[in-house]
Amino acid sequence: MMRATDVLIVGAGIVGAACAFELARAGLRVAVVEERFTSAGATGASMGHLVVMDDSEAQFSLTRYSQVLWEEIHEELPPYVEFERCGTIWVAADEEELAEVRRKCAYYHDRGVHAEILDPQALHQAEPQLRMPLAGGLLVEDDSVIYPPAAATFLLQRAIELGALLHVGKPVVSLSKGSARLADGTTFSAGRLINAAGQFAPRLTPGVQVKPRKGHLVITDRYPGTVHHQLVELGYLKSAHSLTSDSVAFNVQPRKTGQLLIGSSRQYDVAHDEVEPDIVSRMLERSFEYLPALSAFSGIRVWTGFRPATPDKLPLIGPWLEDPTLYIATGHEGLGITTSLATGKLICAQLLGQTPAIPAEPYLPSRQMANAARVETNV
Amino acid sequence: MSETLTVRVNGTPVIVPAGSAVAVAVLLSSGTSRTSVSGQPRAPLCGMGTCFECRVEINGQPHRRSCQVLCEENMEINAHG
Amino acid sequence: MDSSSHRNFDVAVIGAGPAGIAAAVTAAESGASVALLDDNPAPGGQIWRGSASGSHHSESTRWLERLSRSNVTLIAGTRVFHAHDGRLEAESDDSLWQIHYSKLILATGARELFLPFPGWTLPNVVGAGGLQAMVKSGLPVTGKRVVIAGTGPLLLAVAGYLSERGASVLCICEQAPFSQLRSFTLAMVAVPRKLVEAAQLRFRCRRAPYFTSAWPVAAIGQDRLQAVRISDNGHLREIECDYLACGFHLVPNLELPRALQCSVKDGFVEVNELQETSQSDVYCAGEPTGIGGMELSIVEGQIAGHSAAGRRNSAKQLFAARTRYRRVVGAMRKTFALRSELATLAKHDTFLCRCEDVSIEDVRKHASWRAAKLHSRCGMGPCQGRVCGAAAEFLFGWTMDSLRPPIFPVRCLSLAAMSSPAIPAQPLGGSQ
Repeated sequence: MMRATDVLIVGAGIVGAACAFELARAGLRVAVVEERFTSAGATGASMGHLVVMDDSEAQFSLTRYSQVLWEEIHEELPPYVEFERCGTIWVAADEEELAEVRRKCAYYHDRGVHAEILDPQALHQAEPQLRMPLAGGLLVEDDSVIYPPAAATFLLQRAIELGALLHVGKPVVSLSKGSARLADGTTFSAGRLINAAGQFAPRLTPGVQVKPRKGHLVITDRYPGTVHHQLVELGYLKSAHSLTSDSVAFNVQPRKTGQLLIGSSRQYDVAHDEVEPDIVSRMLERSFEYLPALSAFSGIRVWTGFRPATPDKLPLIGPWLEDPTLYIATGHEGLGITTSLATGKLICAQLLGQTPAIPAEPYLPSRQMANAARVETNV
Repeated sequence: MSETLTVRVNGTPVIVPAGSAVAVAVLLSSGTSRTSVSGQPRAPLCGMGTCFECRVEINGQPHRRSCQVLCEENMEINAHG
Repeated sequence: MDSSSHRNFDVAVIGAGPAGIAAAVTAAESGASVALLDDNPAPGGQIWRGSASGSHHSESTRWLERLSRSNVTLIAGTRVFHAHDGRLEAESDDSLWQIHYSKLILATGARELFLPFPGWTLPNVVGAGGLQAMVKSGLPVTGKRVVIAGTGPLLLAVAGYLSERGASVLCICEQAPFSQLRSFTLAMVAVPRKLVEAAQLRFRCRRAPYFTSAWPVAAIGQDRLQAVRISDNGHLREIECDYLACGFHLVPNLELPRALQCSVKDGFVEVNELQETSQSDVYCAGEPTGIGGMELSIVEGQIAGHSAAGRRNSAKQLFAARTRYRRVVGAMRKTFALRSELATLAKHDTFLCRCEDVSIEDVRKHASWRAAKLHSRCGMGPCQGRVCGAAAEFLFGWTMDSLRPPIFPVRCLSLAAMSSPAIPAQPLGGSQ
């Protein structure tokens, strides 16, 4: 006889996996239902940069909390997760960006994050392949990188060891009032439902304001020792800020294999997953401006992915007020991998009626419902 | 065909018939073109540019498919990666 | 240093094997401006590799001479990595090409199918066609002991060629059962020249035993091959040798046809009687439309060349020959069908993906090629599944999804030079 499910999670990406992990750890009976295969969505396409961000207090709080959680768990991660604490260097191209570096540094120091300003010489020493002259950089040494599908698999496996069930290849067509109906006609019931379906979340919960934000990535062949930290231009923030236009920003990650992952791009309102050569071109040209050697490196593969993005750039973590059984856990845009663990913790606290380790108000889905009429035209 | 040329594989001179592929020079000397990610010695498999086992560094450029590159006098070839 | 070339041609032909050469020459002789691109240093593809320097193959000599006398612009050593909407992007060692065409003929040929078995990654375990290619590229094999294994007419051709070059062919192991091979011989009556060829090849290596229902079960050695263990009608025997030349027939190179969204059916590019694919102005000739050997490739190439140059009547005159040669396709597919034992040779820790050293066990546990790639990294290396993916199709029945550009690894600078078509492609669902 099937035992009753306490929580049913839709979506086996890293956010769904982290929720499953936390809830199973808390002793709840968890089922995860996935339409395709684990990490088939944004998780499988993403860069895997675990990064503290200071776009807003709420974003900092969530990323910082999550970073601590990754730190706690990192020794248990098997080698195939490829966890590497390579750190991030935010690269400043000019005086204006250097001022931003100083601001950022102060911000982090005030909140206990290790950060160090690099002058041009120190920057060159840290990353000899960066073209000079640059104004300097900010080294955030506790940032890390992982291989996201492997991390999601690890979290799911741990959840399964604790009794969670995983169903793959099962599209869900409706999710409400303690019940999930699958495309094949079967129905799952559970005390609580979590919509962790990424860019497809609005299909299951109309009214959830999440839109796909397309990104491109290029991976090179192996060039070990050429880049040592994740390198991000400060202009990345402008790119991530933009709500309407297509943008690219320099963002390169060294993988444990010695391959380089080259990003990043953001586009709204593009539904097809085709590689768009114009975007790839702009993205690569931007990367050559910072790392000229890249132009001669062998590019093996290009792919695309869709970040689930919300209008205010904060994720949706918490109850959906229209349905007392339903919780939302999505909308993480470019920080889903980083903040997956914190999301799992917050959801778990909310479900169990406990006080979360950080205030959950900024991420509550109810803010979208309150602003629904106002925001609709902006998205 | 009496015309030959000399290339260097891992520093060692190798004499090959003119028109030979770099992969041949590698096979005649080190016998190994690269070391796999888990440390296995590898040599060319397909001979036609699709298996990528024949990758070596030629004149400073890494990841060249040696079965599709012709030897040139004084080429510096680094096998094993 | 890097240079960039933009050229315009009436007809662009990709692949300078028999089909591509025939297509290019035929179109050029009709007055079209023709570009013929190939990623090898010289034309000939696999079967006519090195033929420019003289060989007994009169067919290759004739066609290569016609090629050199024609107005075809041969662009060798150049990899096409993207194609769309009347434009090709290609890269050579020091240049970038953007080639505009009115008609495109895909003659991308086929590659050998490799299947995993213990020890298959040892140096000197090579393809059957692979060893032939290496010898044609200058590898001396005089006195070397070679075991030839796998399946297909290629095995005999390779055995004959290697024997000529002084190799000691110890045996030929054909996995097909004898009864199947006998019916193939009868089917070859349609192509008498092939029968004669086969007999000549057999004669040339007559001292080498030809085993049927035989296949390799392990390659043995430390840092390189020392011996091969074969199963011959259920008996195991171990043979010391210098090379194992092993290939399990051919798989078509479909990356470019797929990238251009040509319709593919049962693993081959669909073409009409004029060799047109489902994409307007795109033709396909040779092995990607069906593995049928040299004669069929040549006539398909000619038909495509005539069609692309607007000479339909000339094309039609070759239909009868093509029909005759096409019989080889079905015969080959039936005769050299892979037996199920070949799917069980690999041990759980045998690597399936050689680029990333992924064991077959780590791949097998997934339900699809996409999931396997993402989670096991199989197919994420430089070969992008050309070796492991083709094997996975046989082993697990998966279909390799279409490649994204670049079709081959190219310099990032070349990737940056790609540009978008005027009209966006059809929207697809899902992601990676």
